Amino acid sequence: MTPHGLTIAVPRGALFDGTVDVLATLGIDTDELRTNDRKLLFQEIGVITMRPSDVPTYVEAGAADIGVTGKDVLLEQLAQQPGEHGRDVYELLDLGFGRCTMVMASKAGPDPALESLRRLGVMRVATKYPRIAARHLEQTGRQGEIVEVKGSVELAPLTGMVDAIVDLTATGTTLRENNLVVREEIVVCTARLIANPVAHKLKAAEIDAIVSQLRAMPAIPAAGAG
Amino acid sequence: MIHPIPSGTRDVLPQETGEVRAITDTLRAAFDRHGFGEIYTPALEYESVLARADLEEARPAYRVFDETGAVLVLRSDMTVPIARVVATRYAESPVPLRFCYFAHTYRGVRPQRGQLREMLQAGIELIGAPAPDGTAEALTLLAAALDAVGLKDFRIGLGDASLFPALMESLRVDEGARAGLLEALVRRDFVELELRLAEAGVSGEAAELLLDVPQRRGGPELLTDAPAPAVDAVTGMRRVHELLAPDVAERVIFDLGLVRNIGYYTGAVFEVYDPALGAPIGGGGRYDDLLGRFGRPLPAVGFALFVDSVHQALAGEERGTGVALAGSLSTTAGGAR
Repeated sequence: MTPHGLTIAVPRGALFDGTVDVLATLGIDTDELRTNDRKLLFQEIGVITMRPSDVPTYVEAGAADIGVTGKDVLLEQLAQQPGEHGRDVYELLDLGFGRCTMVMASKAGPDPALESLRRLGVMRVATKYPRIAARHLEQTGRQGEIVEVKGSVELAPLTGMVDAIVDLTATGTTLRENNLVVREEIVVCTARLIANPVAHKLKAAEIDAIVSQLRAMPAIPAAGAG
Repeated sequence: MIHPIPSGTRDVLPQETGEVRAITDTLRAAFDRHGFGEIYTPALEYESVLARADLEEARPAYRVFDETGAVLVLRSDMTVPIARVVATRYAESPVPLRFCYFAHTYRGVRPQRGQLREMLQAGIELIGAPAPDGTAEALTLLAAALDAVGLKDFRIGLGDASLFPALMESLRVDEGARAGLLEALVRRDFVELELRLAEAGVSGEAAELLLDVPQRRGGPELLTDAPAPAVDAVTGMRRVHELLAPDVAERVIFDLGLVRNIGYYTGAVFEVYDPALGAPIGGGGRYDDLLGRFGRPLPAVGFALFVDSVHQALAGEERGTGVALAGSLSTTAGGAR
């Protein structure tokens, strides 16, 4: 039995180091987790690793009791319309690290998005976050056409395919290097601790122990993020 | 040739039908033993009937017009149609009234993780039986029915829908902010709840209470040191607990943050969990105001089991899988049991 009695979904990628640091402060032996980046299942410490956008999926299904993922992932998987169900996971704690901003950016100089809106009534936006982008445009009363891309979003406005992008940025370096400027800040995203609704009831003591331990920590170390 | 069926619906073939039938037969026998008579109501109702209740996330999603132009909906819930039946067909009858049903309901969910748009529910309504006795009777039947079905590790979460609103009222939370706070709690987004408390200008001890109390869940010891504003709801939970036989009481997890996404609940609310499944397999509660909206004010309580989820939980228990891969990954099979 693991010391915490739970299965924890840990995101690979930008939030990985911060998450492992959190696990270490909980007294979990993270040596193998830090060194073996091919292994997925760390049975003896109750950890499974996966890409961040899969964390809510595993936690919702109950394959993991709790997990760590970015607010951007949770927002993207939110219900889109009233009546529709988003991911059924509980959001327990803002872990503070992995701080990034979801922004709308476009090429430096006169904003091409503004011109498109003025002349064509619609702006084209490339993003890996189609739901967040669509929601933002809707909430700000603008017509948009969302172009979903999987790779480097920065490329899309440079080729003239779109007027703007919606993307996550930590330092703004990648945007600057591609001659893009931030036009709007949509939302600040940090790492969140989430829980399965049934595990939250049936393993209440174990989950509460972790939450109160994390809450008691004055400042969770601000680990870098992409 | 493949002929598709609508997303969120499915065909049930003999092997599965047999297994589901075994569950519903057992449930029917258990409901019958406790004096609950089975009723059928139409799958189609007038939209204006269902609109009398505050169904929120269980609101009907499918509408059609009949030849006179009236708007009909596919029922999204069985409690409201039964409230209609009671007011119409049992307007003078002595209470309590006991009904059970096995019926499909229709909701506009996005089909994922086994959520269906056409969902078979097995449930009871106990009408004219106030708290705490009516609530205890419903919980006792719920536990007996699941025992009979053969579920071993199920637990019943018990909360009170009036608790959080009462807490906000007595802590003088700005009225404009209350709906948003409740909505954050319904989604159990405690980060959002904390944020909205700060935005609403709630701070200090009040904010701590509003954040801490709904996260309290566990055994009956929870009911002894409730903060003053929650005392009414918690006293109600304690009275129910006192009426339960030990084998039912040990199934109950008290949950001061339990709120359901259907608006007509007024008092005790429950949810059924099994470690073999990551989502509730049923739920219910008291709806003491609903019958009044149909013209026969009566206190009432009921529950519904999601038959397919019960089936999945049974299969999961037999296979020994469950939340957090209990038994395969972690060795803490059975959770808090």
